[in-house]
Amino acid sequence: MTDNQHSADDTEDAPSDGRHTAGAFDIRNFIGGLLGIYGVILTLMGLFGDQELNKTGGWNANLYTGLALLVVSAFFVTWARVKPTVVPAHVEPPVEDETRPGPTVHPPGR
Amino acid sequence: MSVLAGLRTADTLIDANLVDYTIIALYFVFVMGIGLMARRAVSDSLDFFLSGRSLPAWVTGLAFISANLGAVEIMGMSANGAQFGISAVHYFWVGAIPAMLFLGVVMMPFYYGSKVRSVPEFMFRRFGTGAHLVNAISFAVAQLLIAGVNLYLLGSIVQALLGWPLWVALIVAAVIVLSYITLGGLSAAIYNEVLQFFVIVAALLPLTLIGLNRVGGYQGLKDKITEFASTPAAVAANVPSADQQLQSWPGQALTGFGSGTLSVIGIVFGLGFVLSFGYWTTNFVEVQRAMASNSISAARKTPIIGAFPKMFVPFIVIIPGMIAAVLVNEIRELKSGAAPAGGASGTVQYNDSLILLMRDVLPNGLLGLAIAGLLAAFMAGMAANISAFNTVFSYDLWQRYIRKDHSDDYYLRIGRLATVGATFVAIFTAIIASSFSNIMNYLQTLFGFFNAPLFATFILGMFWKKMTPTAGWVGLSAGTISAVIFAFLSKDSFGSASLGVIPIGGQGAAFLAASTAFVVDIVLSVLISLKTEPKPVAELRGLVYSETPKEDLIDPEEVKLPWFRRTIPLASIALVLVIALNFAF
Repeated sequence: MTDNQHSADDTEDAPSDGRHTAGAFDIRNFIGGLLGIYGVILTLMGLFGDQELNKTGGWNANLYTGLALLVVSAFFVTWARVKPTVVPAHVEPPVEDETRPGPTVHPPGR
Repeated sequence: MSVLAGLRTADTLIDANLVDYTIIALYFVFVMGIGLMARRAVSDSLDFFLSGRSLPAWVTGLAFISANLGAVEIMGMSANGAQFGISAVHYFWVGAIPAMLFLGVVMMPFYYGSKVRSVPEFMFRRFGTGAHLVNAISFAVAQLLIAGVNLYLLGSIVQALLGWPLWVALIVAAVIVLSYITLGGLSAAIYNEVLQFFVIVAALLPLTLIGLNRVGGYQGLKDKITEFASTPAAVAANVPSADQQLQSWPGQALTGFGSGTLSVIGIVFGLGFVLSFGYWTTNFVEVQRAMASNSISAARKTPIIGAFPKMFVPFIVIIPGMIAAVLVNEIRELKSGAAPAGGASGTVQYNDSLILLMRDVLPNGLLGLAIAGLLAAFMAGMAANISAFNTVFSYDLWQRYIRKDHSDDYYLRIGRLATVGATFVAIFTAIIASSFSNIMNYLQTLFGFFNAPLFATFILGMFWKKMTPTAGWVGLSAGTISAVIFAFLSKDSFGSASLGVIPIGGQGAAFLAASTAFVVDIVLSVLISLKTEPKPVAELRGLVYSETPKEDLIDPEEVKLPWFRRTIPLASIALVLVIALNFAF
């Protein structure tokens, strides 16, 4: 609690503040997460599963792809850590448009 | 499963195991998870969606091409690669990149500056009711037909996996997509599209590399294609010569024209200008991605940034098709003129190339990843078609013309009914799509009907202030009708329903039908504009080039960015790269 208080006090709009970064919702974390899980599965398949070398022409394709996916996954997660997406403090609500009939748009929370 | 097991009529095409199904299931967990989290986050705070508005340009750019990287692109282009060889790259380097750059540099300021949110809406502002109605109806119909293509390809994957008959697979696939749309997948559409892009690349890149390894690298692939093209069976079946399959120009294999010069003109004018500009610059689904960004500068850069990955997509879809044509027995037989059994429609078609190649070269594990990638692409494609249809149907058609003043809930309900109705109709349009051996022929024909006249009306209306509302709707409908008539007269644009009076078939016929529509539209629009009353000039600001002040069209902030983040330099780099690629292949 005191920690929160402290960070809110000395930096108002700092990207490290949870309210102002996309955090877990950052698309890069989603990409890194899914590709990472795939990487683990394929690496394990490459190490312990049937390599089916007759299909791949002699490559342990699961292992190579799995390792490549892990590298890509690490890249995305690191990128998201190093440069978090900052949500702007103020965003204009959608504009009403007379020429386009449709349900009136009310921004949620109003 | 035990109930459905009774349905098995054919052996499964692909032998997937538990690991493969786990990988596929994980993808669904992520997609649904994003949807559900989006729904929860929206009631708690705005952060989830607001973060969407501050997404960097690479995300909107990827979403822009990902919206298009669906069934058509993946299956259609690999089918083209198998059937025609490398000349299928024209669909990317001639048929997409220049139009995407044009959209970013020239047209986006009008879309963004006039604050319209859909293409039919721009039509309404510029030309009024007539053109709006024609555009909205033809767009809605086109979406239903294209949704059918996506559904058919989705069904063929389900069939390949489980061995069900096509009609059962179609219904099951339709139900899956319906639940995917209603489960909130769409509220996180952009997220899913970007995620989908990476899953597809992760699926297709290993497939391409392993396939190349099997045939002995690119040189080995060339040798095998050359060898195959000279076999007596291939010669008897009129397979394009090795030169035509291995060099993109003049692309006679693709157009079916006897003369090289005509073929180049057909590709540059028919595909490169009319079809592709029509598709990329007026397609609601695509353009909307860019319109949603936060400044004119970002909107203009969206298609331009998308152009860079787009340039390299052919390497992971066309090359696998070419490999399939020499490595997969069924496709070899098909190309030699036989009709091997199997595939989605009973006999193997070129559209099955990619699935069959996956079966032959991918070990379990990677196989699941590849299937997940394909399912992702087809579902997202169909979901985009259906949701675009229901937006245009409920607001542009139902509310504007049929029931004007009802409650929000009422139109929401209409939208839901439209979704169910459209999915149902798509099952039937999927059956139409299944009767075309190369799905791209079918789609190019469709695009020719709808997009080519739309582009003609657009471009004339944007740059000629005297073009009148009457000219708008007459030009559009006459263009579409003329393309339909041309398709009927051609050899095979409508399959067996075509009369064959004009002795051109295949994709050349689609290019010509589109060019006809374009020319008819322009000529009629000019003639009618000279006889009828134009809109008052005051109403054309932001809609017509000469009536829009220059400062409305550019972003004053852009000069502050470093050169490599500005619209024009980026577009120039893309153009140089794509020209270099054309010379290289």
